[in-house]
This record gives sequence, structure tokens and C-alpha cells, in this order.
Amino acid sequence: MAGEKEIRSKIASVKNMQKITSAMEKVAASKIRKAQKQMEASRPYADRIRRVVGHITHANSESKHPFLTEREVSRVGYIVISTDRGLCGGLNANMFKTMIGEIADWQDKDVKVDLALVGAKAVAFFRRLGGNVVGTATHLGDRPTVNDLIGSIKIMLTSYEEGKIDRLYVVHNQFVNSMTQTPLVLQLLPASVKHEEGELQEHWDYIYEPEASELLDSVLMRYIESQVYRGAVENFACEMAAKMVAMKSATDNAGDIIDGLQLEYNKARQAAITQEISEIVGGAAAVSG
Amino acid sequence: MAMIQVDIVSAEGEIHTGEAAMVFAPASMGEVGIAPRHAPMLTTLKPGEVRVQDADGNEEAFYITGGMLEIQPSKVMILADTALRGDQLDEAAALAAQQQAEKALEGASQETDVARAQAELEEARARYRAAQKLKGKR
Repeated sequence: MAGEKEIRSKIASVKNMQKITSAMEKVAASKIRKAQKQMEASRPYADRIRRVVGHITHANSESKHPFLTEREVSRVGYIVISTDRGLCGGLNANMFKTMIGEIADWQDKDVKVDLALVGAKAVAFFRRLGGNVVGTATHLGDRPTVNDLIGSIKIMLTSYEEGKIDRLYVVHNQFVNSMTQTPLVLQLLPASVKHEEGELQEHWDYIYEPEASELLDSVLMRYIESQVYRGAVENFACEMAAKMVAMKSATDNAGDIIDGLQLEYNKARQAAITQEISEIVGGAAAVSG
Repeated sequence: MAMIQVDIVSAEGEIHTGEAAMVFAPASMGEVGIAPRHAPMLTTLKPGEVRVQDADGNEEAFYITGGMLEIQPSKVMILADTALRGDQLDEAAALAAQQQAEKALEGASQETDVARAQAELEEARARYRAAQKLKGKR
């Protein structure tokens, strides 16, 4: 049995760890709220732009924009949004599993996959396992901005326009609630934006300045960007939720370990006392005998 | 006096919402002034000032870096960009992302090793399950 002193120092070190994990839990809990607010804040823009895209596609229905037309698939692009930091349970691993499944499916069909990676974890993962990575963005911090993502999105949109890729997806974690996050694969291009039926019956249309087709270009680009941005913000909320749960269970586990060690410590102390007494008694018996 | 509802939003959040007697915005073909019951219109905006005038003639100004403007008879919606945009700037951002990728993945293979990835992820799952079981026992 380990000595009293050793056990005591072990308990102290586990207690320190527990302090850290519980602090991380509290930090994550407070960040979830902010991240959720950010998610809410991105909604009006996304809804509006979706409607506008619907209107313009309706107005400009004679010429089909390439972003809206299906074509045969020989290469696909994925924007993979992961976290920058670890200690968030199986969040990234689950998403990579989904991602690998997708890649395997495409490989079976002899379709190549291009990747744009967001977050340091995805970069590390595909660095180890290979993949045709065309762009990365890391260290987005607590508040991802559209600016951080423009580069990677632009690469993918350009290769779509040039016909290098025939479909574009975004992969990120979906915030179901603070206990559940599920990986989500969303098709961005070709975009399927439907205009609402009710609006078509009213006989009104916008005045377009400049041409509707030019407007469609810039609106679609912003639409894609807002979708990816939303993904990044949602993934951040997921990271914080997963981190909170992981850190909570780490804190609980540390508590269990401390209890076990305390028991062991008490036993060791009792054993030492018993031994001392028996030595004294033995000594006294020897003197008196 | 007739008023028009003004919403200025960006992808990252709401910037302004309220009622106005008149709104001025820097459309790409020249500045537009929007009074209530304006015809529906859609245009792009260039960087500049959006001015919102209330019934008493007080103005509030918002600087935007470009975006889209949607007008409906009783509503003005400004979808503001959150970053300065332009083809060259976008190209530069794309190039930066590409270079970062090249640097980060130097020497890595172009093909994803699916079998190895699956094995690794499976192992991680198994380890996680084992830890869960261990926890249950204690």
C-alpha cells in the first residue's frame, strides 16, 4: 500500500485538475449563451436573402444560373467546419466519421473530393490522413466572422464556376440542444431555392438595378456565404455545449477518484496507527516481562 | 405622416431596425432616396453611408461596406456586407486561404486514406465506450 504522504499529494493533484475542469465547464456554459445569440442574429439575414434569391430566380427564369443547375458529377467540394480546440468529447470525431463515410461513398463512384477546412482540428486530421485540401481557415476564435471564411468559400465558388467541382457541400455539427449535437451535411451548390407559391400569384416584381442576372450573381454568393457562416457559428455553439458536458463529466470523475483516494488514505493512516500501537504494546510487554 | 419600416441587417447581426420618413442609401448606380410607398426595387449597394430620417427630420447615419438593398412599399431592407468586398480583395482572401492550406498540409497525401481513417475513428470510439463502462462500474 502506498504511503500516506504519496496519497496525499495525489489527492492534491487530482483536486487541482478538478478545479481546472470545473472552471472550463463554467466558461463553456457562459459562452454557449453568447454563441446561441450569435446564431439567432444570423437568422434574419439568411431568411431575407433566401427570399430575395427566390424572387430573382423567378424574375430571371429564362436564363438558368450555373449555381442553380444540376450537372453530372465528377468532382465534389466539401467545406468542413470543425473546432479549433479539443476537449469537447466526441464532437469532432463524430463529424469526421460522417465525412469519411461521404468520401468513401464518392470514392466508390470514382468521384474525387476537394476539401476546404475550417478549424485546426480538421486540418490536423486531414494532414494525417491525406486529402486534396484547397483552402484552410483556422483560429476563428469566439466570434467567427464572414471575413475569416471568404477565402475558402471563394476558392470553392471559383472552382465551381470553372467546372472543376460539380457540387458543393458544407459539413458541420448541428445544435439540436445542449446535450445533443449531430453532424450535418448540407448541399450548397447547386442551390435549391424555391420561391414561395403565394407570392407568385401577386402581380408585382422588383425594379432591378443593374440587370437581374448580375444581381443574381452577387446575391447567390452572399447566400452561400451566409450559409457557411451560419455553419461556423452553429458549430461553435456545438463546441461549447460538448465541452461543457465533457468537462462536467471530467469534474465528476475527478470527484470519484478523490473519494477513492481518500478512502485509501484513511486505510493507510489507520494501518500505520495500528502498527505503532502494536509496537508499543509489544515493547511494553518485553520490558514488564 | 406615412412611415416606412427600415431594417439594416448583416450576416453577423441586426444593425438597425425602426421606422423612418425617408431613407437614403448609396446604390451602385447612384444614391437613392426612398420615401414610403416606393416601388419594389432591388439593387446592390456600394460602400457608403445609409441615412435614416425620422418624422422630425433628425438623421441617423450608418456606415456600410456595401451589400444589397430591397425595397417594398412599406419596408426597406438593407442586407449589409460585413467586410469590404471587391473581386481583388476576394481573390486575395482566396489566395491566402490556399497558401495557408499548402503550408499546413505540406507533405500530406492528396488521397484520403479512408481505411486508416475509419480504423482510427473506430478505435477512438472503442476507447470512449471502454471509458464509459469503467465509469459505470465504479
